[in-house]
Amino acid sequence: MAIITMRQAISDALWEEMERDPKVFIMGQEVGVWGGTYAVTKGFLDHFGEKRVRDTPIAESAIVGAGIGASMVGLRPVSEIMTINFAFVAMDYIVNEAPKMHTMFGGQMSVPLVIRTAGGGGRQLGATHSQTPDAIFAHFPGLKVVSPGTPADAKGLLKAAIRDNDPVLFIEHAAMYQVRGEVPEGDYTTPIGVSKVQREGDAVTIVTYCKGLQLSMAAADQLSAEGIEVEIVDLRSLRPLDMGPALESFKKTNRAVIVEEGWPSYGVGAEVATRLYEAAFDYADAPIKRVAQKEVPLPYNAALEQFALPQVEHVVAAVKEVL
Amino acid sequence: MALKKKDHLELYRQMVLIRRVEERSAELYQAGKIGGFLHLYIGQEAVSTGIVSVRQPQDRIITAYRDHGVALNVGISAKAVIAELLGKETGVSKGRGGSMHMADIEKNFWGGHAIVGAHLPIAAGMALGDQYEDRDGVTICMFGDGATNIGFFHEGVNLSKVWNLPVLWLCENNQYGMGTAVDRASAVEQIHMKAEGYGIPHSRLEDGMDIMKVREAVGAALDHIRSGKGPYFLEVMTYRFQGHSMGDPQRYREKDEVTKWEQSDPIGIYHRYIVGDKIATKVDLDKIEEAVETEVNEAIEFAEASPDPGFDTLYDYMYASKE
Repeated sequence: MAIITMRQAISDALWEEMERDPKVFIMGQEVGVWGGTYAVTKGFLDHFGEKRVRDTPIAESAIVGAGIGASMVGLRPVSEIMTINFAFVAMDYIVNEAPKMHTMFGGQMSVPLVIRTAGGGGRQLGATHSQTPDAIFAHFPGLKVVSPGTPADAKGLLKAAIRDNDPVLFIEHAAMYQVRGEVPEGDYTTPIGVSKVQREGDAVTIVTYCKGLQLSMAAADQLSAEGIEVEIVDLRSLRPLDMGPALESFKKTNRAVIVEEGWPSYGVGAEVATRLYEAAFDYADAPIKRVAQKEVPLPYNAALEQFALPQVEHVVAAVKEVL
Repeated sequence: MALKKKDHLELYRQMVLIRRVEERSAELYQAGKIGGFLHLYIGQEAVSTGIVSVRQPQDRIITAYRDHGVALNVGISAKAVIAELLGKETGVSKGRGGSMHMADIEKNFWGGHAIVGAHLPIAAGMALGDQYEDRDGVTICMFGDGATNIGFFHEGVNLSKVWNLPVLWLCENNQYGMGTAVDRASAVEQIHMKAEGYGIPHSRLEDGMDIMKVREAVGAALDHIRSGKGPYFLEVMTYRFQGHSMGDPQRYREKDEVTKWEQSDPIGIYHRYIVGDKIATKVDLDKIEEAVETEVNEAIEFAEASPDPGFDTLYDYMYASKE
């Protein structure tokens, strides 16, 4: 297995899918001449040409809306929204058009569209450019929402998303493109809607995804040095949400911490905790804890921003609290 | 393309069919058999009938929520339309869509979209699909005057010119966005002038109540687009005789205004044209009206006798992907 960055894994997935299927194309701001805001599509324009690597106006409704239309008539577009903060501008398309099209016309149409975007804070971009609003999007039936935490899953999930017949919102983390990890050789997909145990342990179950996985892995190393072995379940997909591995783990450890970067109110942690309680209340030996962002619009000041974001030490402390 | 007698009779039949379906639907609504919103097309029949009659089979049609006219013009049966209004499994959208969401993609009719203006970028994406695959179809996107004041409109229309997409932007100016007159909502009353800002050729048909004039204007616009010259913007002046939807008290317009427009009833105009030019006799047209009356009666009987969708089908069209 090769060790590559998240950026490379995502880029490889796009490249390989475009080579595989001429109906796959990408459109978005700066995907072509610029090579992608995060350099994910560098070299694509020269290789695939303007027809398949389409720079767009700064017009998110058009980027996603036209992606929906093109997908309805047989293409496999990857519409890129530069950051998830701009997805609000295209909210109608993401939550009110794409997820409704198949069901609302009695199954006649489908929307095999991938909306690629990047979220997350920690880069001093201020309150409007630093959010992790994943839970909002995961609220809507009909939309699939995935958010990988490793390069291997990023590549496999993006390939699966492109081949999927339904709209998939693919959420990357803007501060994770340099994260490295082992990626399998050759063509493979990672199934959407399947959680995965990323680290085994018996003391506490940590349920997390995306950047939370990184924090949790680092916390697990620290805790292991103290003799505490945590089990980490990576959700990978927020909708459909696969609670199987998390439930199984919780029934074993009887304690859980949920780690997410977004705000806790009405969030992923709230959903997961409720489902654990609903399905396995009798197994709980301690109240489930959530580690999440403090409930403020993120400030610009670097130290203040980091203070508001979830950190490794918060995960360590939460695990010790439930033990 | 000159119309033969049978063609005229068919177009007349379609216009009368729309009128009767809408009149009877209003009754069904008042009887509590149709739920939700019901937007009637009465008064605007010449527009959709004219458009559909000059399109080629490869030309897609997509419209807004006032969609019963197009649905009948493309050949969806009165049975399937009325069954959809009654929410039945035999409806064209299997009772999932209702009045605002009718489509039949086999007939190249792509709905029926209820968020004002949102289907314009989707239409641009469909046209992109045809351009991408080197098909010579034109996407005909119909929308009301009210849709031209929302951001979606501008993003979609701009993109169509940037990418030179084969799309006909067809504004049905019925002079009111719900109850707000055009001059109270739009910076320009000549709505086609908005296309000027995007470098798109445009024109206005002052008499959209005359189907022959609609056919001529739309035919010319389609020829323009099919010759590879990119998008075209056509504004068609028309008038809805009924309120915006059922239950509209119409406080925003005087009865005199409605009466004046009713004197230019599109069906009356066409009737006078057909009989006056001796294309067919009044007896021929009477026969058509009787046949339509029977067809609509049978459609209502069919719809009322049809089953509701089963509760066990609730999740049937959630996702297009097979699990």
